[in-house]
Amino acid sequence: MFRKTIATLATGLAALMLTGLAHARDQIQIVGSSTVYPFATVVAEKHGQRGSMKTPVIESTGTGGGMKLFCAGLGPSHPDFTNASRAIKGSEKELCAKNGVSEIIEIIVGNDGIAFANNSKSQKLNFTPGQLWMAMAENGPKPKTWNEIDASLPNAPIKILAPPPTSGTRDAWDSLIMGPGCKEAGMVSGKECDGFREDGAVEEAGENDTLIVNRLSADPEAFGIFGFSFLDQNRDKIQGSTINGIEISLDTIQSYDYPIARPLFFYAKKAHIGVIPGMQEYMEEFVSDAAIGDYGYLLDRGLVPLETSTQEKVRNDIRNLTPISM
Amino acid sequence: MTDRNMAKAARLKQRYAAEARFKLYGKLAIAAALSAVFFLLYTIFTAGYSAFWRTQIQSEVTLDANFLKVTPQSSNEELARANYLGLFRKNVVENNPDIKSRSERRDLIQMFSESAETDLRDLVLSDPSLLGTTQKLWFLASSPVDTIVKGAAPRDIEEERRVVSNLQLRLLDQWTAEGRVGSTFNINFFTRGDSRNPELAGLAGALAGSFWALLVCFVISFPMGIAAAIYLEEFAPKNRITEIIEVNINNLAAVPSIIFGLLGLAVILNFFGVPRSTPLAGGIVLSLMTLPTIIIACRAALKAVPPSIRQGALAMGASPMQVVLHHVLPLALPGTLTGTIIGLAQALGETAPLLMIGMFAFVVDIPTSPLESAAALPVQVYLWAESSERGFVELTAAAIMVILVFLVLMNLLAVIFRKKFERRW
Repeated sequence: MFRKTIATLATGLAALMLTGLAHARDQIQIVGSSTVYPFATVVAEKHGQRGSMKTPVIESTGTGGGMKLFCAGLGPSHPDFTNASRAIKGSEKELCAKNGVSEIIEIIVGNDGIAFANNSKSQKLNFTPGQLWMAMAENGPKPKTWNEIDASLPNAPIKILAPPPTSGTRDAWDSLIMGPGCKEAGMVSGKECDGFREDGAVEEAGENDTLIVNRLSADPEAFGIFGFSFLDQNRDKIQGSTINGIEISLDTIQSYDYPIARPLFFYAKKAHIGVIPGMQEYMEEFVSDAAIGDYGYLLDRGLVPLETSTQEKVRNDIRNLTPISM
Repeated sequence: MTDRNMAKAARLKQRYAAEARFKLYGKLAIAAALSAVFFLLYTIFTAGYSAFWRTQIQSEVTLDANFLKVTPQSSNEELARANYLGLFRKNVVENNPDIKSRSERRDLIQMFSESAETDLRDLVLSDPSLLGTTQKLWFLASSPVDTIVKGAAPRDIEEERRVVSNLQLRLLDQWTAEGRVGSTFNINFFTRGDSRNPELAGLAGALAGSFWALLVCFVISFPMGIAAAIYLEEFAPKNRITEIIEVNINNLAAVPSIIFGLLGLAVILNFFGVPRSTPLAGGIVLSLMTLPTIIIACRAALKAVPPSIRQGALAMGASPMQVVLHHVLPLALPGTLTGTIIGLAQALGETAPLLMIGMFAFVVDIPTSPLESAAALPVQVYLWAESSERGFVELTAAAIMVILVFLVLMNLLAVIFRKKFERRW
């Protein structure tokens, strides 16, 4: 009896492996940015509820990790979409082209602002990129307290929870704050602007934004850096600082008046459209009026919508499926 | 008393004191460990118990056949396609005629969960004769309302910092006074897959994913583990090569699990082409981890079978294979099963290897085979812990409670096997 059981199990397993290999996919697979993930998942769920098609599967791999998987090749074993919190890089285009992914469609879905926030019981502050750079940079003056940078800032120790180098939020922070702040602070040329100080004042807190929010609500002296949606969902615990006197809000991010705003994207493989069912419908759902229009459901989740004229253009792009130049 | 006797008594006293201190250290260590466990259980329980019930709101709905553009005679397909969301919103707005502005109506509608749409559809599909009637029905409240009712989010702060608006809070208080706000057991938590709406998110998808992955893991590692253990213990010659194999099996048991994940990505996904994010891929990777545990447990169990059994069987003319399969292995099976269950319990709690093979994913559909995309229990905990919506905090803790229950059950099963079937010689 024992031998029989083993034989049955082994045959069953072999059969399973074979069907696995011959598997044609009927479910959309999406990878990419953890910033776009909260929006893409909501769209995927709607897409699944709407039709008879399966709900897309979404992995949060980070923008860079997503590009790597996306550009690995064509066919059912590679993802159909990748989400990105920055535009595709030249090197990633090359990787794609090398692996036969020659036609990629780029879709802008909205904007995101990055908040520099602290405990809502503490004082609400205003910073300039230059002040933030001085507080955070490895090649800066490395002050101990905020009032060493500017007398208007409080006499409190500098304690900042920052995103790790793998995240798209960090890329945006580097290009929008560290770069301009470096110039504003009058950095001597020839030295690196990016790079956080490593004496403990700036702490890389990992990708878990919920954790940063909890740390801020426990520690009135700490500041955190994360996406607008987390600030929006936790307004009873934390508040966003103003940057150059500008409050972080839907309007200031949309108009790019708030200095740390960036567009969010997703990329589609043209060769998969029509092969994997539902891709066209998913793209249309993501940029539909019901999702990103004036009262769209993604706005409730903290997505900052595109200007109305841009929305029309994006919808046209999806109808025409124009690939980006490689 | 002589000096010698006094010195002896002092030494004795010292030795007793040392013994008492030693016992105290032991007790302190146990107390520290226990208090850590209780603290963990306490924080999880207090954060998570409220996830097992949900706030619901009673509302009157007229199932207007003209609005739905159907009749009781319509086919099921036509009935299923009708605009129930629109019907629900129309009813809610009409029930509160004093709310006029667009943004206030939006606030009003958002007090209810999106599940109202499917609830109404299911109701009409189950009994089309209800069309045209007015029903008093209970609908799930949306997650922000739910957190306010449960006290998980503060209500006595300014409007812009609160999770619900002033209007929503006023309506909630009014409805509570009218007895239209109640609570119900959170059945969704056990029957639905993941969702981005906390009030609709469930653990069933992750449970199914973990079940399929563990099944694949068991089917691969159990027969393979036993075969390897029998060969090494009963048949393999004792020489340098088998010694090296033995050492390496023990090493394998201590390899960090993320490395098995990388191996799975390179070999199982990229070389063998097993589909990404599936419990099949997850189960194969987890079986690499459980295999050494099972081999070690099975070998220990085989070793514990006394040689007299083997010699007796051989003396009766049994072949070496008959000795093993008929006599030794059945006696070693309880110990092997105990090891297997503990190995599987470890695999149940494992996340790192699943990260590499794509099971860290948002999956709504509940998998019905190991070939469909799925998440696993600990992965679900992580995904919910990362979500910005407030309602996921209690769900995270509740999911941890479910995992702990499964781990306790599996370990209990292992203890029962050992107690009931293990023989001592």
